[in-house]
Amino acid sequence: MTDMMRLIEPLIPALRRYARALLRNPTDADDLVQDCLERAVGRWHQRQADGDARTWLFAILHNLAVTQMRQRVRRGAHMPIEDTAEANLAVAPTQESGLRHRDLMTALDALPEEQRSVLLLVTVEGLSYAETADILAIPTGTVMSRLSRARDRMIQLMDGTDAAVPAKRPLLRRVK
Amino acid sequence: MTMRPIGDDDLQGLVDERLEASRRREVETYLDDHPEARMRVARMVGLREEMRAAFAPVAAEPVPARLNLARIVEARRRPARPAWQAMAAGLLLLIGGAGGWGLREVVSPVPTGIEALAQSASMNYAVYAPDHTRPVELAAANRDELAGWFSARLKRPVGVPDLSGSGYRLMGGRLVATPQGPAGLLMYDDGHGARFVMLMRPMHVPGDAPMRPHTTETSSGYAWAQDGLGYSLVGAADDSVLHPLADAVRRATAKSL
Repeated sequence: MTDMMRLIEPLIPALRRYARALLRNPTDADDLVQDCLERAVGRWHQRQADGDARTWLFAILHNLAVTQMRQRVRRGAHMPIEDTAEANLAVAPTQESGLRHRDLMTALDALPEEQRSVLLLVTVEGLSYAETADILAIPTGTVMSRLSRARDRMIQLMDGTDAAVPAKRPLLRRVK
Repeated sequence: MTMRPIGDDDLQGLVDERLEASRRREVETYLDDHPEARMRVARMVGLREEMRAAFAPVAAEPVPARLNLARIVEARRRPARPAWQAMAAGLLLLIGGAGGWGLREVVSPVPTGIEALAQSASMNYAVYAPDHTRPVELAAANRDELAGWFSARLKRPVGVPDLSGSGYRLMGGRLVATPQGPAGLLMYDDGHGARFVMLMRPMHVPGDAPMRPHTTETSSGYAWAQDGLGYSLVGAADDSVLHPLADAVRRATAKSL
């Protein structure tokens, strides 16, 4: 029990960050983390003792997030970025960086879900390629190719380097 | 000098600072000669920093009280309601579900064939996969008994596929009812909390049917028939996970027959 507390507790801030990056809405994100922690506590004994607690927890969180995002898409629930990005992330000291921040969030939203999770786990969470592969249950080679595509797409969207994408307003959501 | 050619993986590795020192030097040398690649790497490093900075404040926030681990552990020790109440709620749900089932012909045409199979699988997934108390009736340890039970009730030899090669552990199974008669339901998990079910029952039409995807509000699956036996694999995972898994099941069952 104390072992569980010692291993899980320090990871909660990072779990919140990943959930927030995926879902954006702070309440939804914390609901998800709570759900994840409840499952983790309930299944702690099923976990392989030598397994890595961090990848195990992130995998639980990721699977819950994917399920929720799909339900959201099906229900058509949608949160306008304009209303949420600044408020949720509390970063907007100047107009310039506020716009930059919004562009970043918009570009992130425009990525396919599978590329977004790879990019977030590797860059924001600082996980290794092997750990990311483990969490998403995909081969490491797939992590690498999704990472590369995600980065190029983000840069294209943010800098407007693609001729097909207008430089200033690559902000419209694509309907798949 | 012979050197492994520099690939995109090396550039990503450089951005993420995951290269060994010797390889890192080789990549740096390459970038000296390729200014456009150097620009791309620099931009990718910039993106990494922007992303980290954007989300850093979240991890610095104080953790809300409801995510206090000691509280979550404590709450689990005290079950919210006695077991009989949960059972009563389950019974009510069952009655409600049966009422709804009776109405289905009025609302929508009755599915047949693979479509009916897929619907039964999705319904059983919705009922049993989230179950904490008794997701399976016979545990994986009774694998042979499970195969025997299914074979007897489905009136044909039915195997229990092993998916440990794909990283999924058999939890066990149970016999379930479908409008077309008894069906075998197996449940697997991935060790990370994601569960899948596989439903198997004889089809009215003998022979094979190609694999096709099906989805509901909360799950997706793949259904197919092989030698007159219908299969449907259902889970909440991505198609990129489910499809290869369904292929693995189809291969495994083809071998076991």
